Order: sequence, then structure tokens, then C-alpha cells
Amino acid sequence: MSDHFSVARRLLLEPTGLDDQQIGKTLGLLNGAEIDYADLYFQYSRHESWSLDEGTVKSGSCGIEQGVGIRAVSQDKTGFAYSDEIILPALMDAARAARSIAKSGSDNDIVQIKAHSSEVKRFYPTHNPLDVISDDEKVSLIKEVEQVARDTDQRVSQVSVSLAGVHDVILVVRSNGEMAVDIRPLVRMNVSVIVDSKGRREQGSAGGGGRTDYKCFLENGCAHEYAREAVRQALVNLEAVDTPAGEMNVVLGPGWPGILLHEAIGHGLEGDFNRKGSSVFSGRIGERVASELCTVVDDGTLGGRRGSLSIDDEGEPTQNTVLIEKGILKGYMQDQLNARLMGMQPTGNGRRESYAHLPMPRMTNTYMHSGNHDPEEIIQSIDKGLYAVNFGGGQVDITSGKFVFTASEAYMVEKGKITMPVKGATLIGNGPDVLNRVSMLGNDMKLDSGVGSCGKEGQSVPVGVGQPTMRIDGLTVGGVSL
Amino acid sequence: MSESWNLKPGNQTENTLLDVTELALEIAKSFGATMAEMSIGKGQGMSVTVRNGDVETVERNRDKSLAISVYFGHRNGTATTTDFSRSAIESSVRSACNIAKYTEEDEYNGLADVELLATEFPDLDLYHPWELEMEEAIDMALRCESAAFSSDSRVSNTEGASISSHTGIDLYANSHGFRGLSRSSRHSVGCSLIGGEGNDMQRDYWYDSKRDAKDLLTVESVGKEAANRTLRRLGARKIKTGKYPVIYEPSIASSLLGHLVSAISGSSLYRKASFLLDQKGEQIFPDNVRIHEQPHILKASGSSAFDSEGIATSPRDIVNNGVLEDYVLSSYSARKLGLVSTANAGGTHNLTIDSTDGGLDELIRSMGRGLVVSELIGFGVNTVTGDYSRGAFGFWVENGEIQYPVQEFTIAGNLTDMFRGFAAIGSDVDLRGSTRTGSILIDNMTVAGE
Repeated sequence: MSDHFSVARRLLLEPTGLDDQQIGKTLGLLNGAEIDYADLYFQYSRHESWSLDEGTVKSGSCGIEQGVGIRAVSQDKTGFAYSDEIILPALMDAARAARSIAKSGSDNDIVQIKAHSSEVKRFYPTHNPLDVISDDEKVSLIKEVEQVARDTDQRVSQVSVSLAGVHDVILVVRSNGEMAVDIRPLVRMNVSVIVDSKGRREQGSAGGGGRTDYKCFLENGCAHEYAREAVRQALVNLEAVDTPAGEMNVVLGPGWPGILLHEAIGHGLEGDFNRKGSSVFSGRIGERVASELCTVVDDGTLGGRRGSLSIDDEGEPTQNTVLIEKGILKGYMQDQLNARLMGMQPTGNGRRESYAHLPMPRMTNTYMHSGNHDPEEIIQSIDKGLYAVNFGGGQVDITSGKFVFTASEAYMVEKGKITMPVKGATLIGNGPDVLNRVSMLGNDMKLDSGVGSCGKEGQSVPVGVGQPTMRIDGLTVGGVSL
Repeated sequence: MSESWNLKPGNQTENTLLDVTELALEIAKSFGATMAEMSIGKGQGMSVTVRNGDVETVERNRDKSLAISVYFGHRNGTATTTDFSRSAIESSVRSACNIAKYTEEDEYNGLADVELLATEFPDLDLYHPWELEMEEAIDMALRCESAAFSSDSRVSNTEGASISSHTGIDLYANSHGFRGLSRSSRHSVGCSLIGGEGNDMQRDYWYDSKRDAKDLLTVESVGKEAANRTLRRLGARKIKTGKYPVIYEPSIASSLLGHLVSAISGSSLYRKASFLLDQKGEQIFPDNVRIHEQPHILKASGSSAFDSEGIATSPRDIVNNGVLEDYVLSSYSARKLGLVSTANAGGTHNLTIDSTDGGLDELIRSMGRGLVVSELIGFGVNTVTGDYSRGAFGFWVENGEIQYPVQEFTIAGNLTDMFRGFAAIGSDVDLRGSTRTGSILIDNMTVAGE
């Protein structure tokens, strides 16, 4: 705990000479009769990336971003300004701009700064993830991974590998002077390959990471496994035929296909959309929105996962929030503003891309609990349908509830057996409807490997997803053949 | 010291940016870099959003950043910083130099060739600061939303109306002595609405965005158009799976040109990660299709005298008479392919597809029966194979007229066939973004519905 505060102070405040008195003075300027809530969000973020393309590690980059975002909230109004200079005059300017939403004047009382009173549980290490191996070792790791991909199959014609890491230090000061700190490591590796055979080219990609350090890629041949997996996927696609178009029964594999939950359900359960009544799930708590097999949670407390947070970007500890329990809608994901306006409790889902963005309710790790079926049994139950194992990306229109996502690896299933791979399968459906069509769930819940990023209103944040093998009856599959 | 929020970019700011880049170039040289380049930018702006007749957010922003790229022979390293102090610049240059030690020699790496660098800097009229007070911006946003609500009682909810205004100065400098400065502004008005309720709720939006606030549509017309676009989607039905002609409305037709650019861009070509490999000189569209760049249009969104490496831009054809005439290349990808840069580091400049027919109504009449698509979702586009499958919202057309809205379907095909199937390009050109296209009619796509 004290370690977190000393790191944050050393990186964020000491170099600029900003002290508690000055922070208290800025809060005093923000606070006033009409202001319900205000906060300062200091951030220091060091990031780097390395990439290999065409056989050479041809580029690397690094950078440091730091700044402070200042917000004042009056009922449902928000004033916001930010500065990349962490010095008092810049803070005061930004504070004046942020509080311009209120007509009455400031208190100007200097607020006493104090550390957040309760002990915060930490779900990831605090050391700098970028420094655990040398730059030499990073470069040789990337080259080694490329070699593994090339050695896996002679049809591999192109390999790209990237390695990236961030060391993010944040300090949130709330209007009552309470200060909270988080130190967030995040690493990511990605391998993508193109295979070439008889004039046909296909691609495959794999990767992973989380809130840990680069050493995770060295353990258990983890990075090598990404390379082999990318090649395997690309080779499957070399054999793939056009996907038939139309409605059919669909089996989704475990793990990453959980982006279905993220798109079809998750976004519609974010507090802001529900407060505004713009989500198709608005006002439906207590109603059945899924088959009784389905229990879905958003859990920021999983150790070292990409979507995990010890505290959210408003200083609130994260939690395991039940969204759907046995098919019944239980709750929404909330930040401070929307929780207050809806008369609910914050759930630790207030997140922002950086100090230069406003927080809003966002997912952390969203997943569905396991069911009872053997995954084999689920595939065997399909007379004619689609088995989708890996996905590219997805998107939802939260108002109409329509979602879409695109498979990067999928197969036809006939008479209970997987037959041939198909390419370009896109699944489209209706959020409130799709989980009602879940008829079987596997006993194999798996989280994704740590590759997800979620975009909302132009802000990108890392997230996790997971699910067991799942059978959905009657989903529209967009393909090219009739 | 901090600057005030309403600082007008002027000579003083330009000089500061120049000083910072000169210093960074000098430090890079002193660290032994053989070549170096710097991109520096500074911007400021404000935005307001109102919702249900009251202010929701007011935002002020002020950003700056410096990107440093150094070369030791053909080794390259880059670093970025938002801190312009001497010590921060020095430490960033050192980091970039350190990275260059670990990257490998790549003979195609380096600055743009000197003879290609821009030497003329026409005034493209891109900078029109707007003296807009916050109160006035709030009032405009309120009028926009109110026009939307009063246009039709079926507008049931709102995600708000917003006004934003931004200005910026960007400077690119390299050790060949190139210094290119550009000042620009962008102002926008937008409105996002919800119509209907319960399980028949639809959301849509409309916006305008211009370099000069005087050129913006009135806020009332933006609000009304947002209402029209939202309400026309109510009562959407599903559609029968089948093969139909499809019209892309202008605001999404630009994505088709985006897929073309990505397939003929240097990095896709040298990786052989494109369905349009070795197609230069080949017919890839019907013979009345012309696609070209117009980098010097005054006040336009994608106008620039030079690309992000300082290379002079000029008007040029990419597709003429349906034939692919040229690729989209940066210095690096051009060298790799044994070609010359097309001044596209950083993207294309006002990519334009010429219209072949009348407006959207005329395209609908000539299509007779099929689909008009107004929104696309999802990412089902594979540039390696050309496979295409995306979720869509739109309207069913019969007897040359729109019959009813449709949703929950995908449109799919292969981009090779889709490009050959460009049957008509409308005159209803969308001038807001940096890609300029009217509606596009594609003769045949697979539609998956029920």
C-alpha cells in the first residue's frame, strides 16, 4: 500500500514539484455548492513496442505520456479539462474550465489530502514490466518466435511479430481529498502469419498477455505456442470453403468466443445507456433475458488478467458483479456518476482511456459460468450447423440490440461430426434474444488469452472475455454461398 | 508557464515548435544519428454536449506531442514525448537512439528522397479559428436538439447534440533541411437520437464537419436530418436470405474505397497480404470508374501540400477507365517494391470517386429491387483474400422505391467481384471526410437474413 503511494508520488508529483497543499487548493477551486463530485486524475504512462516484419526487427518505439484530467460533476452535468503539464497554474486553469458548468462560485477551501482509508486488494504486481528482460532479450525473443512460425510449416510465407508493454501509474484524488493509487502493468505479444499454397493465401494470428511482465512469454514455451497457433489457423483457412448463408444452429468454442457476451449483452448493461434509456435492456432488471443455463459476471478481480483492475479509474475497488443469474437480469455495470443518478452502488467499472478522456462505465473481464455438458456431446447434438472457434471482432448497436461478429476459424458440423472448415462466417443476432436461445453449455469455461480491446465513444480500454462451449439455436450466419 | 485556454496559435507558437524540433534534431546529431526526423504538433479545442435540453458535458482540451525518429545508417528507433523541456527531449532522443541499437539494418529504412520533398507550400485555406464562447456553443447545441424533437413526436429519446471546435499547428522537420508547417481547424455539429420504444427502438445520427464554421450546415438542419434518419428506421423487418443488388449510402460507401486503399497500399503489397497483388495495369472496376486524389482542394478535409514525410503531393489518378493505374506508397514501401513514393505516408488526400449517375433516388429507381444500406457494423473484411461479410441496417426497395426498413442481416461477397460490380456511382457526394463518394450501387451481393 505505502509502496504504491511512494511510487506514484515519485513518478507523478515530485518531478513537477506539485505538493498536497497545491492539490488541495485545486480541489477547493473545484468544490462548491452546486458541485456533487469532482476529481483529479494524474497519470504517468511509459510504453514501448517492438516489431518484426519480413524477417527483420525493423522498428521499435517508446514514449512517456503524463498529464492530469480534471472533472467537476453537477447532477448529470460534467465539466472536464486536462493538461499535459502537472503544475499548479495548469491545474488551476483546467479546474476553472471544468467547473464552468456551475453558476455559483467556488468554496476555495483548501481540501486536506488523505490516503484512501481501507486497504486495497491488489491483483497484479507493481514492478515495471518493461525492465524485467533486456532489450537484447526482447529482440531475440521476437526473432525466435518468427523462427518457430517458419519452422512449423514450409507454406508460411510471411511472419509478423510484435511485443508491447505499458507501465501505467495513476493517482486519483476525489473532491473529499481521498487519494487512491494504482500501478498497472500490461504486456502483449502478437504473431500473425500468411501461408501460401498453390496460389492461395490465407492468414492466421494468435497472441496473448495480461497484467504481468514479459517473462510470462518465456514460461512454458508460451510465445512459441502463439507462433504454432497462428500457423495452425492459417493452414485451416487454406482448406476453407465459402460459408453458407442463412439461419442455423451454432456451437461456439470456449474462451475468446465470449466476445459474443461482450457485444450482445455486456454493452447493453453499462449504466450510462440504461440511465439514459437508450439500451434495449433499460428498466429490465429482474426480467428473464437468457435461458436459465446462463450466469454471466463482470469480474475485475481476476489475478493478472488483461481486463483486471485493483481500483477503477475513479478510485473505486473493482468487484465480481453478477449481471445475469440463471437467466435473470441482476444488475448493471456502474461508474460514480451513473450509479448516483440511478440510486445504485458503483461497481468499480468507471474506466477511461487516459487522463485526456472522461470516465464512463466499461467492462473488465466478462464471462459466463460453465454448464454441465461435455463439449463433445454438444457438437454431437448438431444435425447441421456451424462450429465457430475463433473470432476477429464484433460490434453492437445497443439501442436496437443488433450485434455482429466475424469468425476467423469455423467449421461446418453435419450429423454430429465436424466436416470442413469455412471462411468468412459472420454471426448476426439480437442481444436480448440470443441468450434465450442457449440450449447447451459445456463444462469447460475458459478465459481468452489476453488480447481484447474494447472501443466505446472513441475510447479504447483492455478487456477480457470468457465462456464455456455453447450451443445457440437458430442464429443468422452471414456467408456468400446459398 | 502555462498558457491561457484561448491562446491563438500565431507566430509565437510556431517559433516555439520550430525551436523544439531544431533542438531535437541537434541533439540527435550530437548522439551520432546519421539522419533524423521530427513531427511535432500542438492543438486546442472545446466541445459541448447537451442532452434533453440541458448541458451534459463541457470539455476543454489542449494537447501537444513530439515524435522523434532517428537513423543510424539503416537502423531506426522512435520515441514520443509530451514534455517539451530540454531534459525530456534529450532523454527521448536518447531512448530512440537506444532502440536503434537493437533494431536491425534494413536497407529500405530512411528519410524520403531529397528530390521528392515539397518545395512549394500553397495556402490551402485550412485554418479558420472560430471565436466561439462556451455559452454560444451550448445555445447552438440546444437549438440543434430542440429542432430534432420538434420535427416529429416519434423522437422518443436522445443521446445528445454536440458542438466542437479544434485548431492545431503541425510541423514536420528532417535532417535533409525540410521544414513543413501546417495550421488547420475543424469544427463540427452533431446530433444522435432515439426513436420508438421497447423492442422497436432505433438510434441514428447526423453531423457536419468543416474547416470553416461559416460553411457548417445550420444546427437546425442537422437536428432535423438526425430525426429523419432515426425515424425512417422504425418498424424494421428481417429480410429473406438471397442475392440482391445493394446500394451503399455515401457515408458508408467511403469504406469500400478504404478497402481498396488498404489492398493497394505498399505495406500490404510487399507482404503479399492483398487480394489485389500484381493488378497494376489491370481492369479491376467497370470501365467508367475513375478514382483519384485531389490533395490541393481549398478548405477540404484531406488537403495537404506534403505527406507525413515531407513529399510533395499532387493530383493523380489511382483508377482510370476501371484500370488500376497506381498504388498507395510511402518511401519505405516504395523502396521495397522498387518503385517511387506516391506521397501517401500518412494516408490518401481527398480520395475521390467520380459520379457516373444522378442522386440516390435515381440509383434506387434504376436498381428497381434490392437493398439500400445505411449503416454497417462489424469487421468482417479480409484484405488478404478479399472476403467480405458485414452486419447491416437499411431499406428494402421494390418497384424503384423504398418499401420499409430492414435489419439483422449481413451483406457478403468477395471484394474482387464487388469492385467489378460497381454499377453506378451517385452524384450525392459526401464532402465531410477525406474520402469523397456518392452512393454506390453494387450489382450483386449475398444477403443473409431469415
